[in-house]
Amino acid sequence: MNDMSPDGYTTADGRKIGKVLMEMKNITLRFGGVIAIKDISFDIREGEIRAIIGPNGAGKSSMLNVISGFYHPQEGQVYYRGEVRPSLRPYQVAQQGIARTFQNIALFEGMSVLDNIMTGRLTHMKAGMVAQAIWRGKAEKEEFENRQKVEEVIDFLEIQNIRKTPVARLPYGLKKRVELARALAAEPQLLLLDEPMAGMNVEEKEDMSRFILDVNDEFGTTITLIEHDMGVVMDLSDRVVVMDYGKNIGDGTPDEIRNNQAVIDAYLGVAHD
Amino acid sequence: MRTGVGLGCRDGVEAAGKPDWGGRHLAEQAEANDGYVSLPALLARNAKKFGASPAYREKEFGVWQTWTWLETAEEIRAMALGFLSLGMEKGDYVAIIGRNRPALYWSIVAVQSVGAIPVPLYQDAVADEMAHVLDNCGARFVVVGDQEQVDKVLEVQDRVHDIAHMVYLDPRGLRKYDHSRLHSMQDIQAEGRAAHERFEVDLAARIDALTYDDTCIMMYTSGTTGRPKGVVLSNRNVIETSKNTSEFDHLRSTDDTLAYLPMAWAGDFVFSIGQAYWTGFCVNCPESADTMMTDLREIGPTYYFAPPRVFETQLTNVMIRMEDAGRFKQWLFRVFMAHAKRVGPDILDGKRVSFWDNFKYKLGDLFIYGPLKNTLGFTRVRVGYTAGEAIGPEIFDFYRSIGISLKQLYGQTEACVFVTQQPDGEVRPDTVGVPSPGVELKISDDGEVFYRSPGVFVEYFKNPDSTADTKDAEGWVATGDAGFIEADTGHLRIIDRAKDVGKLHDGRMFAPKYVENKLKFYPNILEAVVFGSDRAFCTAFINIDLTAVGNWAERNNIAYASYQELAGHPEVYRMIREHVEEVNVSVAADEMLSGCQIHRFLILHKELDADDGELTRTRKVRRRFVEEKFGDLLTALYDGSSEQYTETEVTYEDGRKGKITATLEICDAAVQGGERMAAE
Repeated sequence: MNDMSPDGYTTADGRKIGKVLMEMKNITLRFGGVIAIKDISFDIREGEIRAIIGPNGAGKSSMLNVISGFYHPQEGQVYYRGEVRPSLRPYQVAQQGIARTFQNIALFEGMSVLDNIMTGRLTHMKAGMVAQAIWRGKAEKEEFENRQKVEEVIDFLEIQNIRKTPVARLPYGLKKRVELARALAAEPQLLLLDEPMAGMNVEEKEDMSRFILDVNDEFGTTITLIEHDMGVVMDLSDRVVVMDYGKNIGDGTPDEIRNNQAVIDAYLGVAHD
Repeated sequence: MRTGVGLGCRDGVEAAGKPDWGGRHLAEQAEANDGYVSLPALLARNAKKFGASPAYREKEFGVWQTWTWLETAEEIRAMALGFLSLGMEKGDYVAIIGRNRPALYWSIVAVQSVGAIPVPLYQDAVADEMAHVLDNCGARFVVVGDQEQVDKVLEVQDRVHDIAHMVYLDPRGLRKYDHSRLHSMQDIQAEGRAAHERFEVDLAARIDALTYDDTCIMMYTSGTTGRPKGVVLSNRNVIETSKNTSEFDHLRSTDDTLAYLPMAWAGDFVFSIGQAYWTGFCVNCPESADTMMTDLREIGPTYYFAPPRVFETQLTNVMIRMEDAGRFKQWLFRVFMAHAKRVGPDILDGKRVSFWDNFKYKLGDLFIYGPLKNTLGFTRVRVGYTAGEAIGPEIFDFYRSIGISLKQLYGQTEACVFVTQQPDGEVRPDTVGVPSPGVELKISDDGEVFYRSPGVFVEYFKNPDSTADTKDAEGWVATGDAGFIEADTGHLRIIDRAKDVGKLHDGRMFAPKYVENKLKFYPNILEAVVFGSDRAFCTAFINIDLTAVGNWAERNNIAYASYQELAGHPEVYRMIREHVEEVNVSVAADEMLSGCQIHRFLILHKELDADDGELTRTRKVRRRFVEEKFGDLLTALYDGSSEQYTETEVTYEDGRKGKITATLEICDAAVQGGERMAAE
């Protein structure tokens, strides 16, 4: 583990990284007899781009699901803003300011891009069901505010031209971007991206990388991502956690990870006992 | 990121309180001269005359935002004051790069207010092209749209004349940049507003000092033949031309236009600034390049302008969608379009048609033409123009037949665009109209078209040789196009670029454009380059249109993985060969040009692209370049081989280079009257 001050550190490109936002302490997650995550600890700091990498089946997505509150680990604690987070339901986690995208796109296919992104604002809507239905007073005002926020996100991700297009008609790369838009619309403090570049061509990957960096830069959003493309991970992230067979085999800056023997073994293969 | 909706409203009110920031004095001076001598003067007039009517609209965050003339004047004033506080001097050159946005249009006039000279650049130019222009004009300031342009300018700044400051509109992604010489437009305007006491008098004096013969703007030619040249246009050129042509088409201050063509193109400048300032109409900027079609529909411009390529694309899209329509709708479309083709142009020109034809046309308007125009965004078009290149007669007739008043215009940057244009009621696909008001025409002995007008440019920047080659002492300018004036109508007909018109071996005339335009009428053919000068017969490179051919492939179950694979597919070749042979039949019908039939052709494995230098930024083919670049393919067209292997370098959008390889099939096409040719 790298040692750094509790107040944060400064990255190579001069960005200030803040205090610990979320900390995993000795997390173990089991599905029946299968151990998906074995005694893993690491932290995520405010404003950083944190990557979780590892070979297939290493437990990365499970880890993300633990962070997002979808799975509850049998052992260990999740600290969020310095406090132990109890077992929450996913919507409660969302209310805490954590948003995510999915490995297999989970959008409402029949709805327009705009409506899909609007769903990201749900946690910010306070008006009651009746008020929403008759669309008067608070509900109307809220709708305006939320629509404005959504339009800012649309502008940010440059998807103005597909605003009214049903999601089902979009190509894969754009769907991924719409998913990111929905997560951003929630104005999260922590954004979880599950393989944001999977299945993309080089150009789409470049676009997505640019957007991820811009989100971090523009809104100061902390980002945790899982990704297979090593080039992307090494270029984007400030710190990387490497998992293999549910274990943490490395944690540090991209440079440290590149030179970590355990990581090299995991990726290039080594004879197992 | 800008958050305010209807930004500038408050400031506009403020400006209303003290409207005479040099404007009053200036307007008086101009009226005494019986005319306004600069665009800032026209702006002051408009702020007074049309104060509360819309001058600019832009779609931002999904909502159309409006600036009145009064607000526009205030925004421009703040910009100009900001530029003064940055140290912009009279005579400085200021490069302006970005997509069509109100603030960039304002910056042009703000730069002029200070006494400096705006130089719009093509925003999609690769860094190398940009370096040439920046260096050539010696730009001291650069105003850009966003990070992409900032990066490009930073990349080339070592290679060019000193750039003192750069101002950007969209701050996104630029936070970490070194801001010692980089400024956001918002900050510059705020600084200008804060410093207005210090600079107000100076600014008013500078605006007053502008004369009719001062440089208004410098535009770079698209460079079909070589490096772009800077065309210097004076206030007189721009204002006289705008005045004459606005009156010619009876433009009104209530008109709306959509500004989506590159700002560096002279046409966009004259329409969106020259004529807009003269007439006082509203310029609408789309949200982004991709939303242009939606925005067009929402705005419904009354004055619309597009190069033939845009009309072709729109027509292709309509045809593709019709092919997917049900059988009844297809039948309805066919029947009514046939009717429109027969009587539509006459009805548009106000000629009398029979009662039954008129009734049937009205019915068609209800079912087909009206909804079609609505879909295309042309419902309100009162004056429509196409220029830049010759338009296929079939495409031209299509739009006119459904009741869109589309006319042709022939022009050049060197003429402030307008040389000839078609008056209402005298519109034909094969001519480019009569001389615009104030323009004189003559045809030289060897067939080249010359013109003289108040719009004729001052000079090519730092290039007296070229200036002398193009413009003679009496002010006649060579167009470089071959053409003739029709004796009975006085309309000008353009045959081709004078340089491109040549002769075949047997002495028959060769005019590539003529054949290329016929080929390009087919939705499946995006671009064609015909060769034949000083050769025994004509051949052609063909670019397929991926949208149209892709759609056709889908419906016919033809699988393909890439553009290259589709372009080389035997079925595609068969289809294109049919098109070529049909064109040959039609070419053969023309006595003079029957030698231009295409004997052999091939389908290129890549789309011709401006980034690779094959097209100009205005998307005209650079014939010589294509000839050289694909020399091996050209040789193969003439040496009788049936296929040819080739390697081509391509440039990606970010400037990196790559290489694609392909083996292209070469196809023979049947020609008409072959035996006669052999006998001769």
